[in-house]
Amino acid sequence: MANPMRIRADVRDGVTDVRMQIPHPMESGQRKDDKGAIIPAHFITQLEIRHGERLVFGAEFGPSVSANPFLRFRFKGAAAGDRLVARWVDSRGESRSDEVAIT
Amino acid sequence: MDQKRRQLLHAAGGLGVLGLLATAGLISPAQARAAAARPGFDARELNAALAALGAQDAGASSDLSLTAPDIAEVANAVSVEVKSRLPGTDRIAILVEKNPFPLAAVFSIPEGTQPEVITRLKMAQSADVVALVRANGRFHIARKAVIVTISGCG
Repeated sequence: MANPMRIRADVRDGVTDVRMQIPHPMESGQRKDDKGAIIPAHFITQLEIRHGERLVFGAEFGPSVSANPFLRFRFKGAAAGDRLVARWVDSRGESRSDEVAIT
Repeated sequence: MDQKRRQLLHAAGGLGVLGLLATAGLISPAQARAAAARPGFDARELNAALAALGAQDAGASSDLSLTAPDIAEVANAVSVEVKSRLPGTDRIAILVEKNPFPLAAVFSIPEGTQPEVITRLKMAQSADVVALVRANGRFHIARKAVIVTISGCG
């Protein structure tokens, strides 16, 4: 089971600033282990962040995104106390959803 | 035929070359499915990735800024910022020219979200980082050379 995402979302003057880090190996499929065997690719392919029903940010990733992906973005229309829900899906079909209150 | 191979064949069905690669075990069925539904991510060269995104004719724009370090000492997490001042920006893509799969990320920017993003990328070697923005249906491009001292893909 993947670890929870770390998400901070602060609203100021109507703009919510979101910084998030997603624990995930983001294996590219290019690396080899100690014995020289390829470590299979395993990376997040899709990420969505919603404010209620509204999609506020979407991402598709390839294997070039760093391990434990970091993202920062800003959107309008939310207030302190509102909840943000983030959900990712990876190349093995695994997924995880986390939510945070905007402060 | 063992069970696993049968599953692979089943999963690979209808995916053409990607399916064949999956059947041969070169890429996983999940990767084949993901790539088939995600234009550009399976491209192995920058121009092929741009073409797959429909952006082969993208022009340079001064309303698009791309910030990345001149020299990346930690090439497995190179911070990249893309900011668009182009009205109608609804998509931002970031590519790394010499990575095995150049297309790193495609971001959807819905109405109400600012057309800017910061993320971190792996770089296999010194190369141009490329920002691509779609605004009112037209693509705009910016490039920045980044020197890598230790590869982030080894």
